[in-house]
Amino acid sequence: MTDKLSRAEQAREFGFETRQLHAGQRPDPNTGARAVPIFQTTSYVFEDPESAAAYFNLQEYGNTYSRIMNPTVAVFEERVANLEGGAGAVAFASGIAAQAAALFTLLQPGDHVVSSSALYGGTVNQLKHLLRKMSVELTWVDPDDPGAWREAVRPNTKAFFGETIGNPSGNVLDIETVAAIAHEHELPLIVDNTFATPYLCRPIEWGADIVIHSATKFIGGHGTSIGGVVVEAGTFDWSNGRFPVVADASPAYHGLRFHETFGMYGYLMKLRAETLRDLGGALSPFNAFLFLQGLETLSLRMDRHVENARAVAAFLDSHELASNVTYPGLPGNKYRPLVDKYLPRGAGAVFSFDCAGGRAGGQGLIGGLTLWSHLANVGDAKSLVIHPASTTHRQLGDEELRAAGVGPGTVRLSVGTESVEDLIWDLEQGFARVAATTGAASDAPSGAPSAAKGGEKVETA
Amino acid sequence: MTDPERYQDPLTIQRVLHATKTIAIVGLSNNELRASYFVGYYLKRHGYRVIPVNPREKEILGETSYPSLLDVPVPVDLVNVFRAPDALPAIAREAVEIKAGALWCQFGVINEEGARIAETGGVTVIMDRCLKIEHARYVGRMHWLGFNTRRITSVRAGLQ
Repeated sequence: MTDKLSRAEQAREFGFETRQLHAGQRPDPNTGARAVPIFQTTSYVFEDPESAAAYFNLQEYGNTYSRIMNPTVAVFEERVANLEGGAGAVAFASGIAAQAAALFTLLQPGDHVVSSSALYGGTVNQLKHLLRKMSVELTWVDPDDPGAWREAVRPNTKAFFGETIGNPSGNVLDIETVAAIAHEHELPLIVDNTFATPYLCRPIEWGADIVIHSATKFIGGHGTSIGGVVVEAGTFDWSNGRFPVVADASPAYHGLRFHETFGMYGYLMKLRAETLRDLGGALSPFNAFLFLQGLETLSLRMDRHVENARAVAAFLDSHELASNVTYPGLPGNKYRPLVDKYLPRGAGAVFSFDCAGGRAGGQGLIGGLTLWSHLANVGDAKSLVIHPASTTHRQLGDEELRAAGVGPGTVRLSVGTESVEDLIWDLEQGFARVAATTGAASDAPSGAPSAAKGGEKVETA
Repeated sequence: MTDPERYQDPLTIQRVLHATKTIAIVGLSNNELRASYFVGYYLKRHGYRVIPVNPREKEILGETSYPSLLDVPVPVDLVNVFRAPDALPAIAREAVEIKAGALWCQFGVINEEGARIAETGGVTVIMDRCLKIEHARYVGRMHWLGFNTRRITSVRAGLQ
């Protein structure tokens, strides 16, 4: 026994940068491989019939089929769970799939959800239309108003939902306050932490019960892969009487009571063994490998993203052709006290601003950029830009855009890790083009590279 | 005030897991959907000798069930408790009497008096921890299902 214990593990709180490299993985026992092997396999040979039965009965931790678990994906899951400070995690084929599964695990027809109204459009669609199809009711609340959360609770309410940093308006959720209100009513708070990442904010430390990520964004960090993950704190009492769907004997798993049998891991077991099994949005091992590569440098990239975002936001804030810069890290921003509390290392790198000249101005700016990539994603190491009025919200008129919180000239940025002088230089090119084509004044220096393009038409954006 | 963290030291947990061969499970249920049955089944699978202690059953998991720890006819390395917290002092006295190596109290089985009785009698105490989870964390395959084992090590693992 002495030799087994000679390298027994001490109780030590390892740092974030150590855990982003090591958590969830030991060198492969068979080969000693230091990198995480890609287990590109659908299924796993059982040792014997009794082992197979034990795995399917959840009496033993065993691999059965890669729709439900995979060793490469498991490293990614444990690493994210570790970084977020949760009991465990389950990965999915996309952030949207992760979110649907997190909700489906705790909801049944006739239930009700209270959600922040300041959300990513894809989440709005899911909550508004998909949940209604499943006969789940929804109440939108102003996330900045604690009273609104409290007043929205009904007897059939099952969860609160919000984003750490709202997309794209940059509102910061007062997680501790909203979690306290949720817990007053014995409800879990679900937080989408995509824009902050666990490096900038760990919602579980402030009381959140479930954390969701689109790993596609900063976790992957290089724009290569679609994926998502659900982390659970493991502290919520699913046997409090409000959640028979989690606590009662499950007809989908031969009468198993997930919370009673697995305790703090009950929700996660049900999420994997039932919801993932039945909805089927499993993450591929190769994508999990790429996300692990991303996680290894998460802190380094996020520090750089934040540094560049601060500089770009400050540049825009003082530019006469830009207004309403929503970066919550700006000194005068109304969310600044919440940033200081929840996001002391920085308020992420995604925000929007309004370009002078309305729709033509926003299009003109993007048409004049040669370094920022015009596409529909965020969280890439490369800087990204999109003009919602001519893309994601293209079908709406100016009036409807305003109702959706998007102005005709609104431009959303995801600030990357390039040399920041080059990012600002490129924006100056764009503004020079806006000035030339809309007649708006520009403070771009004369002789800037953009001057040569001043005569081009803006419709090409 | 009970401070379960006093009884959750990772090195002590690993030492107990490796030193144990025979485990008496007090309060083991014969219902295969109960948590205690999951734990007993798992431990047996992993090579431990499991001895049920439950006065209401004759046999569980194919093993003879005894009415109390004092009736168990072989030496017990570890007493694993699935009972209400107020049953712990009596169980701790019996654990001392049979010279068990350690007393392991499952989640929620927290009782300071019981812990003190065991410690004073020379029995190592683990409290408010699940034996199956800790085995799976350090020896087994808990990391295969995405759970946070909180382990950080570059030591090459043995074959599983």
